Amino acid sequence: MTTFETLERLEKAEAAAEAAVEAEIAVEAAAEAPGSGTRIPDVVATNAPPNSLRTLSGMSRDDVLTLLGAGASSLCITWLLFGVLTPLSGPLGFVVVAWAIFLVVYGLMVSMTESRPVMVDKVMSAVLATGAVVAFIALASVIIFTLIKGKDALTTWNLYTQDMSETGPADSITQGGIGHAIVGTLIIIGIAIIVTVPLGLTCAVFLTETNNKLTGFVRTVVDAMTALPSILAGLFIFATWILILGFERSGLAAAVAVSIMMLPIIIRSADVVLRLVPGNLREASAALGAPEWRTVWHVVLPTARPGLATAVILGIARGIGETAPVLLTSGFAASMNVDPRSNAMVSLPLATFEFVRSPQPALIARGFATAAVLMVLVLILFAIARILGGRQAGQVSKRQRRRLQARSARDLRRIEGLDGEDFMYVEPPPVAPLSSSAPIPPPPSPPAPEGVS
Amino acid sequence: MAVITVDPGTYLRQGDAPVPRDPDPRSLKTKKERGDRVFHTIALTAGLFVLATMGAVGLFLTIEGTDALRATGVGFLTTSEWQPDRGQFGIAAIMLGTFLIAAVAVSTAMPIAMGTALFITDVAPPRLRSWLVSLVDLMAAVPSVIYGLWGLFFFQAAVLGLSRWLTTWFGWIPIFAVDGADPNNPLANTTVYTASAFIAGIVVAMMVMPIQCSVMREVFSQVPIGEREGAFALGATRWGMIRIVSLPFGRGGIIGGTMLGLGRALGETIAVLLIISPKFDINVRVLEAGGNSVASLIALRYSEASPFGLSALFAAGLVLFIVTLMVNFTASWFVRRSRSGASSEA
Repeated sequence: MTTFETLERLEKAEAAAEAAVEAEIAVEAAAEAPGSGTRIPDVVATNAPPNSLRTLSGMSRDDVLTLLGAGASSLCITWLLFGVLTPLSGPLGFVVVAWAIFLVVYGLMVSMTESRPVMVDKVMSAVLATGAVVAFIALASVIIFTLIKGKDALTTWNLYTQDMSETGPADSITQGGIGHAIVGTLIIIGIAIIVTVPLGLTCAVFLTETNNKLTGFVRTVVDAMTALPSILAGLFIFATWILILGFERSGLAAAVAVSIMMLPIIIRSADVVLRLVPGNLREASAALGAPEWRTVWHVVLPTARPGLATAVILGIARGIGETAPVLLTSGFAASMNVDPRSNAMVSLPLATFEFVRSPQPALIARGFATAAVLMVLVLILFAIARILGGRQAGQVSKRQRRRLQARSARDLRRIEGLDGEDFMYVEPPPVAPLSSSAPIPPPPSPPAPEGVS
Repeated sequence: MAVITVDPGTYLRQGDAPVPRDPDPRSLKTKKERGDRVFHTIALTAGLFVLATMGAVGLFLTIEGTDALRATGVGFLTTSEWQPDRGQFGIAAIMLGTFLIAAVAVSTAMPIAMGTALFITDVAPPRLRSWLVSLVDLMAAVPSVIYGLWGLFFFQAAVLGLSRWLTTWFGWIPIFAVDGADPNNPLANTTVYTASAFIAGIVVAMMVMPIQCSVMREVFSQVPIGEREGAFALGATRWGMIRIVSLPFGRGGIIGGTMLGLGRALGETIAVLLIISPKFDINVRVLEAGGNSVASLIALRYSEASPFGLSALFAAGLVLFIVTLMVNFTASWFVRRSRSGASSEA
């Protein structure tokens, strides 16, 4: 190596070191300084994955008009059939006949202008849409029917504040209430959450972080457990807790039985979410030297947080509606009981079940009100789960991204020793001649890290 | 690619002592640090705990049911009565009832689930798609007691006409026959049609549909994009693409999802208990009033049962447990097979 080359290299290295220091100073002002210092990568929002399904939906005006025309003619023909020509009757029959006629008319209308494959395509699309429409109507009718039937009792205050201990079966709905069932549900589900959330999430972590034959087996068993009939969970706790161990039927027993139903739901949905955490995040963490548990705790779980919350909430929504296990392990109680260790503790679904089994109209009205309260609870839980779970793992909102960037900039300042207002000017380490074997003096040590965050 | 293997011996000059080849290469073992060992132990414990729970359910049902099973032997599977205290009990009728309700539920839910799943993946505009997914998930989250309530007070009245129509026109098929129905009498009482396995089955279908739909949707959404595009490039319409690409690809998911639904339908308790009026005879007339299922029998009888009666109920529960387990394992085998090759790692 010639002297000239060495000199040139030295100059370059010096220039680079200067630039680095300048960049470090610039970091103070703007977190995202370009240059040779540690740089916060720009976050590029990518909405669509590169390989997404092509959407072939969309309708022309012609399509819409054809649909409307077919619908109108089908309604008219059905009305003629039901009202005038034949003695058909019944709302269900009307809908089914109207639908069949609609499909025929629609097919005919499309085939006037289009080829046969297009006609088949359009008619089949309508048939597929029927599935979704039926599901929607069924769900809407369940929700609306429950709310309407429960309306009368729902608007009385005593429903929420009183219990049934001093109310006879024939008393009107202005007396008695389901306060005890609301409290019972909260206690039972509270205990179940304490049991299932740590256990379920740990098991989900086990399923995602280890990969051997046992993992596959556990996953299969969890799958099977999601379909465990709820009555068997109740029967199991009844056999062990009450018959063999000799405890009395109580809210605690019910909570354990409900836990058995919630556990697989939480594990399964958490497992799915955790598997969606990008593998390169795990690898980056491992490359930085983090042990596995730190990777899980600081990278995998925080990345999947919204999805995990969704998993837990879906589990709660399932547990809150379980009737059969509570029926077997706790039983119905008419009065308030806040002690989960002894005596029957009633939950909302069980109260609903007991109320509507009686022939008394007032009790049935209370049953519907109880069901409506339960329904509203489930709807709220579900809405929260949707809002949290609408995002993919690692996808953050604008505010979260700003917060993350600010934290990242803070970390950068801390790590590079520029923390605080009185940052020191650090003498750049003398650049050793490349040929010499003299040890490079260690860079100034940064302040002790305040734990990995 | 040619791999050149060099024997270390070739580099030795003549006369040098031969260097013995290393007999066993150095093994690369990763020794986990203590934190990781603790972490893995805890995770493993949680996994094993779930296994143990499931095992314990089967174990204790067996232990508690042994008395009854020993008393009746094979007769447990063939007797249709349920009078444990007189020694006359078996699951022939209730098991048949369970399967009838499940069959009605699955045959009602399966077409709707498949239509909805295909509609969501292939037909619906993207904005509607996420709403529909939420809708189906919400259907799964609604408590079964609410479906039971709806079935008992609302749906039953609406569907009686359909029951009557089915008997009138298809009564010659044994399944649709109804004892005591008189189609020629327009004023005939409809109570022969109420509380039937048919109505209970349709209500259970509401609970089964979302599970089937979400399994099928997941499989349909994994249809290889290249094959879909290929079908379009060859001039297929959307339905043509679904018929020749999506349906064959998703066959495992369709079968598996349907069976997962069947597993749910077999174990449904409260909705069935609310709707059906218990009956202990062997018949396949689903439209007729009365029927039974194992789960509803347990919920109905456990409180007034003698110790021996309880044991009989546990035995019935054990049979239900084994049947649902078998159905579910088969189902997840089908689903897994259809998913193989689709990696989840991003």
